[in-house]
Amino acid sequence: MANHLRSKLKKDQWQITIVDQYRTHYYQPGFLFLPFDIYTEDQVKKVGKKFIPKGVNYVQKKIDKILPEENKVKLEDETINYDILIIATGSKIAPEEVEGMKGKNWHKNVFDFYTYEGSLALRNKLRDWQGGKMVVHLTEMPIKCPVAPLEFAFLADSYFKEKGMRDKVELTYVTPLSGAFTKEKSAETLGYLLEEKNINLEIDFAIEKVDNDNNKIVDYGGKEVEYDLLVTIPTNMGDELLERSGMGDDLNFVPTDHHTLQSKDHENIFVIGDATDVPASKAGSVAHFQSETLTDNILLYIDGKPLKEEFDGHANCFIETGDNKALLIDFNYKQQPVEGTFPFPGLGPLKLLKESVFNHWGKLAFRWIYWNMLLKGIPIPFVGRNMSTKGKKL
Amino acid sequence: METQVNLSKVDRNQEGYLNDFSQWNKEVGEEIAKEEGIEMTPRHWEVIAWIQEQYKADKALSVRGIKKSGVLDIKEFYALFPGGPLKISTKIAGIPKPKSCI
Repeated sequence: MANHLRSKLKKDQWQITIVDQYRTHYYQPGFLFLPFDIYTEDQVKKVGKKFIPKGVNYVQKKIDKILPEENKVKLEDETINYDILIIATGSKIAPEEVEGMKGKNWHKNVFDFYTYEGSLALRNKLRDWQGGKMVVHLTEMPIKCPVAPLEFAFLADSYFKEKGMRDKVELTYVTPLSGAFTKEKSAETLGYLLEEKNINLEIDFAIEKVDNDNNKIVDYGGKEVEYDLLVTIPTNMGDELLERSGMGDDLNFVPTDHHTLQSKDHENIFVIGDATDVPASKAGSVAHFQSETLTDNILLYIDGKPLKEEFDGHANCFIETGDNKALLIDFNYKQQPVEGTFPFPGLGPLKLLKESVFNHWGKLAFRWIYWNMLLKGIPIPFVGRNMSTKGKKL
Repeated sequence: METQVNLSKVDRNQEGYLNDFSQWNKEVGEEIAKEEGIEMTPRHWEVIAWIQEQYKADKALSVRGIKKSGVLDIKEFYALFPGGPLKISTKIAGIPKPKSCI
């Protein structure tokens, strides 16, 4: 947003400040690859300050709270004023929401891979793990990158095959939803994947607690799943500062207009990415597409004009399926993922909702695109902010 | 699955969920509940009303969220809608079951 806005707003009229609570900027999609030694530590983290455009102030401090009625943000040791505020504080895991999850075995045989620390600890565990029952578990929706737990299970299958120990690992995927695939088209076209990879499926599992003494997860209905190694996606929540500021819902996500990205409660506050409560996927591509609409809307807001009700929930995500293949999905609030070609109708080269090696290269290329294009606000070639129906089998 | 007379006019997907919430009314909910083997009580309807409110406010439904809501505890939720309380109650409420992006 700073990159977009700095080039469009006059420097003598508008000052732009980024407050970043963290010194390190992580390439979070890389946390999926780190446990399997596909990426190294250095490939998924850089110093955030390096990416700040010229003419933008950078403040690396903890945020105490936002005072929306006073147009102020209170930091650990100073308070700054704003005319317009953009909230981009993301979402993060909250393992303490489930009894026993962040217990004595946390990062010993109960792991997350949604944090750098968790992902790295899991890599170290897997390097000399001798096998047993691996359970990949999803606590509840919504989560950041909703396909990541499935991708993790698929990559784990590949990883153990390559290590020649797949027969020593019993893989189980546990979900609170009614299936691994919950949309009709995906269930039809991808339903074969779990069986093909010999991954057990446990559905409708609403976790009550992690039993660290007996190494099992227990559901409210009394079901139990035993594990030797639990890889869980805990509840995802917005930053606590939104709770402190009285601006979040019960998961600390900010109520946001689905199409304009303006806060529902304060007209000079806008929200982008995982921090919103909009029913789009919490994914990097979504934040990228939102940034284009939001830039236009902030300029319109400054001019006192009506905002564009433009954002359509567009998401575009690669899904690793293991064995050096991947899927691609392109969808929005209304349109579920379907088969087709992308971005050029009939030509591709990427295939929608279908496994291909080319899609896998696309996913790996995305790391470069992220650091060199997305963070700089450069549009993705041939991929518009709103979803296109061209090339899709509807 | 035996479909009741007044349910045949309602647009439902393969799993029996309503495709269009505007076609929902209490009788439709009652008939779907019968298919699920549930006899609706005033308490059931209170929970259904709360679930519909969440849906209209675009709030994601989860069992943990229900626990936090203070509307009812999880034991009661399972007792009211045995088996898969979330997928059964959403079906009766005429709204989609909780989904992921694929």
